[in-house]
Amino acid sequence: MIEATALYKRFGNVAAVSDVSFAARDGEITGLLGPNGAGKSTCLRMLYGVLTPDSGSARIDGIDIRGATSAARAHLGVLPHAAGLYNNLTARENVDYFGSLQGMARGGLRRRTAELVRALGMEAFIDRRVKGFSQGQRIKVALARALVHDPENLILDEPTNGLDVMAIRSLRELLHALKNQGRCILFSSHVMQEVAALCDRVVIIGAGRVLADGTPQAIREASGTRTLEEAFLSVLANSEGAS
Amino acid sequence: MRAMFTVFAKEFLENLRDRRTLISALLFGPLFGPLLFGAMVSRMLNQSVVESDEPLHLTVSGREHAPGLVRYLESQGVQLIFASLSESSARAAVRSGAAQVVVILPMDYGPRFTAALPAPVLLVADSADSQTRKSADRARLLLTAYGSGVAQLRLQVRGISPLLAMPLTVNEIDVATPTGRAVVVLGLMTYFVLFAVLMGGLYLAIDSTAGERERGSLEALLSLPVARGSLVGGKILATCAYMCLSLAISLTAFVFVFRFVPLERLGMSANLGVSTALTFFAICVPFVPLGAALMTFVASFTRSYREAQTYLTTVLLVPTLPIAFASIYSLKTKSSLMFIPSLSQHLLMTSVLKDEPIAVFDVVASAGSSALFALMLILLTARHWRRETMLG
Repeated sequence: MIEATALYKRFGNVAAVSDVSFAARDGEITGLLGPNGAGKSTCLRMLYGVLTPDSGSARIDGIDIRGATSAARAHLGVLPHAAGLYNNLTARENVDYFGSLQGMARGGLRRRTAELVRALGMEAFIDRRVKGFSQGQRIKVALARALVHDPENLILDEPTNGLDVMAIRSLRELLHALKNQGRCILFSSHVMQEVAALCDRVVIIGAGRVLADGTPQAIREASGTRTLEEAFLSVLANSEGAS
Repeated sequence: MRAMFTVFAKEFLENLRDRRTLISALLFGPLFGPLLFGAMVSRMLNQSVVESDEPLHLTVSGREHAPGLVRYLESQGVQLIFASLSESSARAAVRSGAAQVVVILPMDYGPRFTAALPAPVLLVADSADSQTRKSADRARLLLTAYGSGVAQLRLQVRGISPLLAMPLTVNEIDVATPTGRAVVVLGLMTYFVLFAVLMGGLYLAIDSTAGERERGSLEALLSLPVARGSLVGGKILATCAYMCLSLAISLTAFVFVFRFVPLERLGMSANLGVSTALTFFAICVPFVPLGAALMTFVASFTRSYREAQTYLTTVLLVPTLPIAFASIYSLKTKSSLMFIPSLSQHLLMTSVLKDEPIAVFDVVASAGSSALFALMLILLTARHWRRETMLG
């Protein structure tokens, strides 16, 4: 369970996020939807604890994320927007590094990596150096790195960026599988089809505020449109009219 | 503690596989000093040996005006080249390098010499050229000797004791020991050693901070349940390890270079054997965490590899400043100077080379002050890493 309560964050004179509250539940995929610059990444960064909110709180399974050694972080896997890898290490070493920093023992780490290699289809390149990997292979390694400590919650910031159709499809299947295991998944995107195809619940953000929050169907009905895309545009248009 | 070790092990391994780091940390950085030093000292050696053996060459114009002087010069073994040059053509010849030193004996030399009036001699040389300056010095000495010889004869002829014209006898006693003289040259060496120490960690300090940000792995790392101090500690530790390696390689190379450079021929004795190298290592080790922390601290504020490189090349110069000051003001080893890192290491190493006794207090003060500065910088770096501006 990932909860944002009245999050507020300003950079200089610009309020990047103002009064954002929502919850992503276990066993569901929640999509954070919004145009570029709406405050999606800032929001997620507060939720995974690399930014401190000016006010409000971010909680993972009920524990506040603040503080580098917060227990909340152990329950959370993160795929940031920039999910860079260490090029001079092999894929396995990249994953092991994060597992080890999560405090995992060697034996557990080996078992868990084997699981992830199977689940993500990384057999062909797990022991190769990351330098020269395709974008799809890189995302898989970064995902394995985020999942290595078997977290109940997962935050992904625009995970499908730069992926081809095949890679997006396998990512989608993986997220479904994780959801069916009862995990809580929160991801951001500005691609409508992706959100429509994946999400049980959608939070639409514009100009740092929550504009709509509900199932895709409920959002469509509330705005009286047929597709999620139309609903999204109408919600954004309304908010601009109001402000 | 375990996290710190994990970070250390990963940084150490990752950079071991990076060709750029290896070349700069373990090849160029540590070997640059010894090789340059060896080349410089060998050249100095050849020069000074050649100079004392080689006869002095002088171009003389107007020999017919001063046959006595010319005979004297020839009797002193000077190789004379006779020419007929005006003052301006002599200048041109020296400037172009056609002649090294020109002695012009003008027309009125003869009449004035016979009249016991000061006879003019023109010495044309280029004092900006170290080679000809030495020849000019030798020529001047010979001319002065000839002059005072003539003066003594003139006084004797007039029945006056030449001693009257010599109110002083100056006896110089040079107390410089052979090793002491060598230290002027060896002062450079201590700088090269400190340079090797810093070069060893330069790329690691950049790669583990600015590099982490540039390749986009920093954010994922910061989201982990690991104290930022452990991350910083592990990174600085790995940087220290490379710096120690570089230091060891550099000192080994120096020991080799000293084997092949015959310093004794310069009248110097330099004692850089294995035991001195080990002492140097011990003296420099406390400087390692300070250098690592300083470079990591500065690199933590930069956004890219390139930017970090720009700032850190300036940092490489920082330890040279106290050493430069010390040589400009020719500071002697004093306990109060032992609290200045890099200068204290320089002074201690110099003392070891001079075979001077070293006070325990000085060693403790040098190591202690360096460690204290290092600790301060590590804490400052960790504090910066805890800030959210670290994300960049």
